[in-house]
Amino acid sequence: MSKSTSRNEKAEKIRRLMVTEGDAVATNTRGFNTGRYESVANLDDYEELKQEARAIKEDAIERLPELLEQVRETVEANGGTVYLANDAADANRYIREVCEDEAAERVVKSKSMTSEEIEVNEDLESAGIDVVETDLGEWVLQVADEAPSHIVAPAIHKSRQGIADLFNEVFADELDDPLETAEELTMFAREQLGEKIEGADVGMTGANFITADTGTLALVTSEGNARKSAVVPDTHVAVAGVEKIVPSVEDLQPFVELIGRSGTGQDITSYISLLTPPVESPPVDFADDETPIAEGSKSDRAFHLVLIDNGRLAMREDEQLKETLYCIRCSACSNVCANFQSVGGHAFGGETYSGGIATGWEAGIEGLDTAAEFNDLCTGCSRCVEACPVGIDIPWINTVVRDRINRGESSEFDWLVDGLTPDEESGGMDLGKRFFGNFSTVAKVGSATAPLSNWVAQTSVARTAMERVLGIDRRRELPAFQRQTLVKWFDTRGGSRVDAADATREAVLYPDLYTNHVQVERGQAAVRALEALDVHVRIPDISSSGRAPLSQGMIATAEQHAHEVYGALAEHVDAERDIVVVEPSDLAMFDREYEKFLPAKSHERLSEHSYEVMEYLYGLLHNGGDASVLRNAGDRSAETDAVAYHSHCQQRTLGLEGHTVAVLENLGYDVLTSETECCGMAGSFGYKSEYYELSMDVGSRLQDQFTAPEGQGRTVVASGTSCLEQLDALLSRPTQHPVELVAPK
Amino acid sequence: MATGTVSTFEDSLERLDVGWTRTSPEAVESTLAELIRGPAVGVALAESLSLPESVRRDPTPADLREAKTGVTMASLAIADYGSLVLESTPEGAEQVSLFPDLHVAVLYESDIVDGMEEAFSWLGPRLREGGTDGKSAILATGPSATADMGSLVRGAHGPKAVHVVIVADDEDENEAERVDE
Repeated sequence: MSKSTSRNEKAEKIRRLMVTEGDAVATNTRGFNTGRYESVANLDDYEELKQEARAIKEDAIERLPELLEQVRETVEANGGTVYLANDAADANRYIREVCEDEAAERVVKSKSMTSEEIEVNEDLESAGIDVVETDLGEWVLQVADEAPSHIVAPAIHKSRQGIADLFNEVFADELDDPLETAEELTMFAREQLGEKIEGADVGMTGANFITADTGTLALVTSEGNARKSAVVPDTHVAVAGVEKIVPSVEDLQPFVELIGRSGTGQDITSYISLLTPPVESPPVDFADDETPIAEGSKSDRAFHLVLIDNGRLAMREDEQLKETLYCIRCSACSNVCANFQSVGGHAFGGETYSGGIATGWEAGIEGLDTAAEFNDLCTGCSRCVEACPVGIDIPWINTVVRDRINRGESSEFDWLVDGLTPDEESGGMDLGKRFFGNFSTVAKVGSATAPLSNWVAQTSVARTAMERVLGIDRRRELPAFQRQTLVKWFDTRGGSRVDAADATREAVLYPDLYTNHVQVERGQAAVRALEALDVHVRIPDISSSGRAPLSQGMIATAEQHAHEVYGALAEHVDAERDIVVVEPSDLAMFDREYEKFLPAKSHERLSEHSYEVMEYLYGLLHNGGDASVLRNAGDRSAETDAVAYHSHCQQRTLGLEGHTVAVLENLGYDVLTSETECCGMAGSFGYKSEYYELSMDVGSRLQDQFTAPEGQGRTVVASGTSCLEQLDALLSRPTQHPVELVAPK
Repeated sequence: MATGTVSTFEDSLERLDVGWTRTSPEAVESTLAELIRGPAVGVALAESLSLPESVRRDPTPADLREAKTGVTMASLAIADYGSLVLESTPEGAEQVSLFPDLHVAVLYESDIVDGMEEAFSWLGPRLREGGTDGKSAILATGPSATADMGSLVRGAHGPKAVHVVIVADDEDENEAERVDE
């Protein structure tokens, strides 16, 4: 299959899901995400709890072999059995044998993603055993014969009306009146499932956590079906990945406080079951319903803990994928993700898992091919990083997997981009990715030959070729390269107009790729603002940060850039000069990703001395800088005082949105800030033909806010290059970087 | 127990839409008699607290199916969350608190702790100590709930409503008996 055919198919699938499931997914995930912000804000020690949770997971995975042994001992001492299954087939065989030994006709299940992973339902059904999902969402999917689209709320893609239509059709014979309200649907399901539970022979649950010291399963639920499934039948099978073990009962505390808040935005779910099976609660035999239940006892019970390896122990040995094992499956990374909000887990997911962290799970469990199907949907916006209760660097895992996928691909058109791609990559990766990854070279050639390069690029012949070979959507306007780069402009004007001897500070304005070649005006504005506050500015000709190749999964190339940039900036840092960065995604490179590429000390030094331009101005003003020299207040009419500001996703993750707002407000602007996690453009993502429509759908929320009465008529500013490009496509108003509103003319 | 813990607990219950009644040990029986809707099932409370006659002890599966109210003890409560710690017992406390539409939990005021950290400091030793009970517990917060059918509905599989009876302590006896720390 050619690249452009597969791109068309992918675009078609995304388009279809946005129509059929997008609205329900968007409403629900955004509700969860808002709930998360509200719920964690009520925790005084949120950050401490996250760190504690992270430390517990790091320790538990480190000591996993030892903890596995301990769990075996404690569960067996309680009277249960532990089986460590190598893979799905091994687990299913064991579970099937348990059921056959019990002569089980029916198994009732509570929700378990791990049981989805091993596809135990199919296996048991093929052995003639009736398997009933008792979680209402899972049951809806079982009735509809669909797969979960979300790891916590599996039927999130279905509307109430859709479920009512389904039930009214499937259960027509049992219903006098059609079901309509959520209450009616729930009570109908409760009744149906109650009967199934009464007659069940085996109860199957998952486990969110297992404590090694006691052999206790912690189950995080709300409906009560897990409680019933575990307590009614006399045989309990629990299925859990080996990574679910934590050392002790006390270790559960931070997770109990974080998991509901992080996922659905509830402070805590209705039930946290702490079951130490076989449990002391007597089984309930509804076939003999006149005998007091207390006549039964724990000795009537059997318990089997089936721990699943299925690739996890190998992931533990993989330095890059290992972090995935810290995941507590809370779904925060799905709910916060702008792309997930638009398409849901049926597009943004693999065989079992969905959302940002699914790349790690699917790569480790199923392999790179499965991960490759949806890995591109992570744009690296990094909004999930602070949402994750165990601080997993989910974008990094996505980047690593992308890099591995790249290395496995080959193409007949390699020669076409070879001249433009002086990268460190072994040949054969996706041409579009290689093109975007080497955007610094494209930009250099583009500026050198501008405006000719821009005219040629805009011709329909060129756009057709770019779409076919590189996958650049022809509906996107291309960035126009400027003949005079920022570096050249600065040299031509004779360098800084503030003498170093008279300056309050010295700063290096980092000429990022876009400020240098495309949005030169914002660089010039930054220079004017800094100089107005008596800063001596330098703009050396320095390599691009490596953000572009990194976002395409070209890690070796990105790392090369990191060494070059650090080499060029180190002497300035040594000379006590501040590094000022306009493009937030480049500052995020220095701050976050360079940690992976540079020695710890180098990374720390660069990170400590680097500032986002508005953060830097904020600091200067805060330390006595004279605000009256900024912004030509007198030149502006009253209505331009109102500003609509969209921060940049990575800038927010760095906690730097507030500085821009504060500076603008200090200078008399009335600022409305955007409520979306990401604008949808995300660097090159929105240019790709298979993702163009998704990108515009994500952007439409920002468009809605900025064209609503509260936003309309405001001057639009945004911090990131690609955000500005996206806003240009979405709005009919001009856009600019905030520093352009701040700098004196 | 710090001052304010009980009122924090009550605020949390309010937020969860869970009712509560404060009473004395002697008045537990009459308080319960007013709260329960028949038929009711229950398991024995702490030694000095009585269940009303109308509450069926030692329930059968048929009783569980028919009961409208289930009465059990809560071993501990967490003020910040409005959560109850419901321990499993060989008598079937778990089932009694789970099957009927209304769960009435009886709780000693002195068993309310501030936060989750205190709760787990209590649960750790309790789950480790072994014996015939106290090895499994449910942290129950409000009624059973689901949003899977399009909007929030109470009573998905478990109780639709929860009511807490907070019993003032007979300080000397209960402090010694129930609070380990």
